[in-house]
Amino acid sequence: MFDLTGKSALVTGASGGIGAEIARALHAAGADVALTGTRQEPLDALARELGSKAHVLPCDLSDDAALKALPGEAAGAMGGLDILVNNAGITRDGLLMRMSDEDWDRVLDVNLTAVMKLSRAVMRGMMKARWGRIVNISSIVGTTGNGGQTNYAAAKAGMVGFSKSLAAEVASRGITVNCIAPGFIETAMTDKLTEAQREATLVRVPAGKLGTPGDIAAAALYLASSEAGYVTGATLHVNGGMAMI
Amino acid sequence: MSDIADRVKKIVVEHLGVEEEKVTENASFIDDLGADSLDTVELVMAFEEEFGIEIPDDAAETIQTFGDAVKFIKEAQA
Ligand SMILES: NC(=O)c1ccc[n+]([C@@H]2O[C@H](COP(=O)([O-])OP(=O)(O)OC[C@H]3O[C@@H](n4cnc5c(N)ncnc54)[C@H](OP(=O)(O)O)[C@@H]3O)[C@@H](O)[C@H]2O)c1
Repeated sequence: MFDLTGKSALVTGASGGIGAEIARALHAAGADVALTGTRQEPLDALARELGSKAHVLPCDLSDDAALKALPGEAAGAMGGLDILVNNAGITRDGLLMRMSDEDWDRVLDVNLTAVMKLSRAVMRGMMKARWGRIVNISSIVGTTGNGGQTNYAAAKAGMVGFSKSLAAEVASRGITVNCIAPGFIETAMTDKLTEAQREATLVRVPAGKLGTPGDIAAAALYLASSEAGYVTGATLHVNGGMAMI
Repeated sequence: MSDIADRVKKIVVEHLGVEEEKVTENASFIDDLGADSLDTVELVMAFEEEFGIEIPDDAAETIQTFGDAVKFIKEAQA
């Protein structure tokens, strides 16, 4: 099950905790992977770890020219592009009353607009192939909201509406578009929490522990697989029961 | 019939799975040949590849019939 031999995947944010694990899972299932992020060094390290069939393509998603070039570079390096995982994401938290335009724009650009632009760019190849998978990494807060994260939650909820709409457009061509909404996952993003914040969070998680990047990667592997071909426009919540939605 | 018209017709027949006789000058892709909006996008993509031309979105919108497509491509290649 979940054999991706012969498929090519572009994973954004592969220099981060969750993205790296998603790339590992797709690669282990046989896919070629293109790894992107702004920091070259963790991408290189991951490519070395994976060995063959891993391509490093650094790209700042807030740089429009670089973003435009990325899908072509990825397809060129791998000979096609069947799976797009939009995982890169940033936070610029703060109360709305104090939020700068810059913090709003930056989060929307990287977390939402880049998703639209990459998805649009890969569509042609997927339509021709009559097969494609887009997996967008949203967040629990896109559904529940979270004080201090109006920008981030708007982008993550926007991703869900975007995915459902695109899913409707291209379902007849064998292309699926889905979201994964992680709860609290142990990565650099959550390492910033103080011990007290961590405890307060865990109280709200019936599973009694934070999730791991592997929990998200397993969901991504499923949604990228041929077996998940009838699942589209869905949001898979992976949150230890923190919100049952 | 010109070579261009033949090639366009072949693409339309293959893509939309319609009979060749139905693909007449005034046949509308959507109204007469059963295309949906995504089919029209794919047809334009196929024309671009077959003829090595760029069809911008505003021009693509004006290509509604088989005749429109042939005319546009002839002009683009001229
Ligand atoms: N951790 C959680 O609890 C949690 C919960 C819900 C949702 N998520 C979502 O999961 C995704 C992955 O998060 P993570 O926890 O793995 O965080 P992370 O370790 O901070 O990774 C974020 C990734 O995004 C990339 N990125 C950020 N800005 C970029 C830009 N301008 N251009 C290109 N790449 C950029 C980073 O690349 P560089 O570092 O190389 O710039 C990094 O690889 C994010 O979308 C996040 O919102 C995480």
